[in-house]
Amino acid sequence: MSFSWAKPYEPKHPAMRWIDERLPLPRVVYGAIGGGYPVPRNLNYWWNFGVLAGIFLTIQIVTGIVLAMHFTASADGAFNSVNQLIMRDVNAGWLLRYAHMNGASFFFLVTYIHIFRGLYYGSYKAPRELVWMLGLVIYLLMMATGFMGYVLPWGQMSYWGAQVITGFFSAFPLVGEPIRIWLLGGYAPDQAALTRFFSLHYLLPFVIAGVVILHIWALHIPGSSNPTGVDVKDEKDTLPFHPFYTAKDGWFAGAVLLFFAIVTYFAPNYLGHPDNYIPANALATPAHIVPEWYFWPFYAILRSFTVDFILPAKLWGVLAMFFSILLLFFLPWIDKSPVRSGSYRPVFKRFFWLLVFDVLILGYIGGAPINASRVAVGQLASAYYFLHFLVILPLVSAFETPLPLPNSISESVLHGEAAEAAPAGQKRPRSGSVMTAG
Amino acid sequence: MRFILGFIGAVFALILLISLFSNLATYFNNPPAPLAADKWHEEPKHISLSSDGPFGRFDKRQLQRGFQVYSEVCSACHGLSLVAFRDLERLGYNEAEIKKIASDWKTQVPSINPDTGEAATRKALPSDNFPAPFANEVAARAANNNALPPDLSLITKAREGGAAYVYSLLTGYHSQPARLLKEFPDAKTPANLHYNPYFANLNIAMPPPLTTNGQVSYADGTKPTVDQMARDVAAFLVWTAEPNLESRHAAGLAVAIFLLLASILGYLAYQQIWQDAKRVVRPTGVLNPENRAKSNRAKGKAGIAG
Repeated sequence: MSFSWAKPYEPKHPAMRWIDERLPLPRVVYGAIGGGYPVPRNLNYWWNFGVLAGIFLTIQIVTGIVLAMHFTASADGAFNSVNQLIMRDVNAGWLLRYAHMNGASFFFLVTYIHIFRGLYYGSYKAPRELVWMLGLVIYLLMMATGFMGYVLPWGQMSYWGAQVITGFFSAFPLVGEPIRIWLLGGYAPDQAALTRFFSLHYLLPFVIAGVVILHIWALHIPGSSNPTGVDVKDEKDTLPFHPFYTAKDGWFAGAVLLFFAIVTYFAPNYLGHPDNYIPANALATPAHIVPEWYFWPFYAILRSFTVDFILPAKLWGVLAMFFSILLLFFLPWIDKSPVRSGSYRPVFKRFFWLLVFDVLILGYIGGAPINASRVAVGQLASAYYFLHFLVILPLVSAFETPLPLPNSISESVLHGEAAEAAPAGQKRPRSGSVMTAG
Repeated sequence: MRFILGFIGAVFALILLISLFSNLATYFNNPPAPLAADKWHEEPKHISLSSDGPFGRFDKRQLQRGFQVYSEVCSACHGLSLVAFRDLERLGYNEAEIKKIASDWKTQVPSINPDTGEAATRKALPSDNFPAPFANEVAARAANNNALPPDLSLITKAREGGAAYVYSLLTGYHSQPARLLKEFPDAKTPANLHYNPYFANLNIAMPPPLTTNGQVSYADGTKPTVDQMARDVAAFLVWTAEPNLESRHAAGLAVAIFLLLASILGYLAYQQIWQDAKRVVRPTGVLNPENRAKSNRAKGKAGIAG
C-alpha cells in the first residue's frame, strides 16, 4: 500500500472496471490481499498463522450462525437443544457443533502461535505498535467470546465456569459484588445470564471481524515485518502477496485444516471436559472446576496468589491475571532494543524460549487438579512471567549486544552472494514482478 | 514508565514469593492428611469395543444385547431421556418390534385424560423418548435412599474414561479391603453405600446391579456372564451418547483424504509458483556451499592450498 512499486489495480474485465469506477472495492481487495500488496520475500512459515486465524474466525462465524438457528437460549432448554436437537436430530448438526467446539480451540491455538511469533520477531516494535495493540484487542474479544460460548450448552462446567469468572469482579471491594450481580442479571448464573451471554456471543465475533480489518489496515501501512527485522528497502526485497503468499498460505491452510478435521471427526471431545455433558446444577459443585485449555495459564496465575498480604489473596490474583494481559499493551515501550528480530538477539532469544516454557508450565498447572507442589511450581512460574516482561526484558534491551544485521532482506536471503550470483545485466529478464536482478 | 511497570512486576513477584513461602510453611508444618480415595481409587480397566478407533463401527448385535441389559436391569432406576424409541431402528429393530417395545415399556408417558383433562398416562409411541423411571427428582431420591440415579443418555461422554468407566464400575464391586480399613479406620463404607474402587469417592449408592451370570438371557446365544453384560451395556451406552459415530467416522475419512490431496496439490502449486523467486535466491555453481565443500575436499586431496 505504501510502497511506490506496489502494482496498481488494473481491471481485466469490463464488468470489474465498471464496478471499480463506481465503488473501488476491487481495488481495495487487490491492494490488501492481492497482487498489489508487496510482502517481504523472506517470510518463514511462522508468518502463516495470521491468515489461519482469519480462516478459523470465518469457520466459527459460519458454523455459529447455523447453530444459533437451532439453539434454545433458555436455562431449561439449552442443554437439550445442544445435546438432543443439534447433536441427534439436525442434519449434520453433530458436525456443526463439533466443528464449532474444536474450531474455537484451533482459533486460539493459531492465535497463540501468531502472538508468540510477534514476540520473538519483535513485531510489536515501531512502526507496528498499533498493529500489535489492535491484535491484543482482538485477543481480549476472543477471550470474552470463547468464555461466553462455553457457557451456552449449560453443562456443569458452563455453569460453574460462569460462576467463577464472573466471581472475579466480586474480588474488588465495595463495587465488586454489585457489578457482578449487574453483569449476571441475578445472584447466580441463570436465565438472565444465559440469554445475555448468547446475545453477546453472537455480537462479538462481528466486532472481532471489524477489528481484524483495522489490524490489517494498520499492518499494510508499514507492511509486514520479516524474520530479519530489517526494513524493506526496494522492490527486490518483496514479492506480491498474490500469487506467492496466497499459494504458500493456501497449501499450509489445507494442512492445518487436515489436522483440524482429524481432531473434529475422530477425537471431538478430546479438548473438552466430561463434566460439560452433565446438565448444569446449581447445587452440585464439580470436583475440579477448570476453564477451557486456552485459559489455563491465566487460571494458574489467578490461583497462585494464596496469601492475604495487605490486599485479599483473591484480589491480588484477579489484578495479576488482568495485568498479565494488559502489560502486553506496553511491550513496544518496555523492549527498547532497536533490533526487532530475536534471531539477532542472543540473550533475548534465550529468555524468549524460557518464556515459552514458562507459559507451557503455567498451562499445565492451570489445568491440573490443585495440590501443594503444583501450587508452588505455579507460583514460581507466575513470578517468572511478570519478571520476564517487566524486569528482564527492559534490562536485556538495555545491555544486550545484538549480532550484526544483514544490510537488506535480499542480501540475507542470498547470503551475501547476490551480486556474484546474478550481476546486473546477466540475469535473463523475467516477466512479472518477481525481481529485477540486483 | 518502564520504572513503574518494573515496580509493578516486582510487587507481583514478591507477593508470589510470599505466597510460595507461606504455602511451603503450611505444607511442612501441617502436611495434608492423605485420603482413602486418593490412594485406593483405581483408573478404569481397559476394554476394547468395535466402535473404538478412527474406523470404528458399532456391533449391532452387541448393542441389542446391551439394550436388553438396559431395559431389564438399568432402566428400573436410570432414564435415557435423550433417546427416542424410533432411534432403536439403528440397532437393527424393525418398525413392528419398535412399536411393541414402546407400548410394552414399563413406565408410561405422562399425558392428559382426553375426556376430563386430568393428568393421566398413556402407552409410549415410537416417536416418544424413553420415559423417565421416576416422576421427578423427589420421587427418584425417595426410592433410592436419597441418591439420584443419573440419566444414562450421555454417561459415556460425561465420565472420564467413558465406556471403560461404565464397564469397570459395573464389574468393580467387592468388599472393602481390610488393608484400607487398617490404614484409614474412619473410611469404612457407610450403610446403604457400596464399596467400588472405580467410583471417585470409593462409596457408591447404587447397589451392584449385575450380580449373577445369566441375569438376562440373550436371544443370540451369547453367554450372559456379568463381565459380558457389563461390556454389552457399556457398548450400548456409547451408542446412546454418540449415535452418529459411524457417519462421523465415515465423513471424517473422506474429508481427511480430500484435505490431504488438496494440501499436496496446493504444495506442488506453491513449489511451482515460487520456483522463479527461489531460483534467483538459490546459489548455484561455485557459489553453492555444497559444491564449494566438494572442491575444497578435492583440493585438499590433491594437496592444493587455498
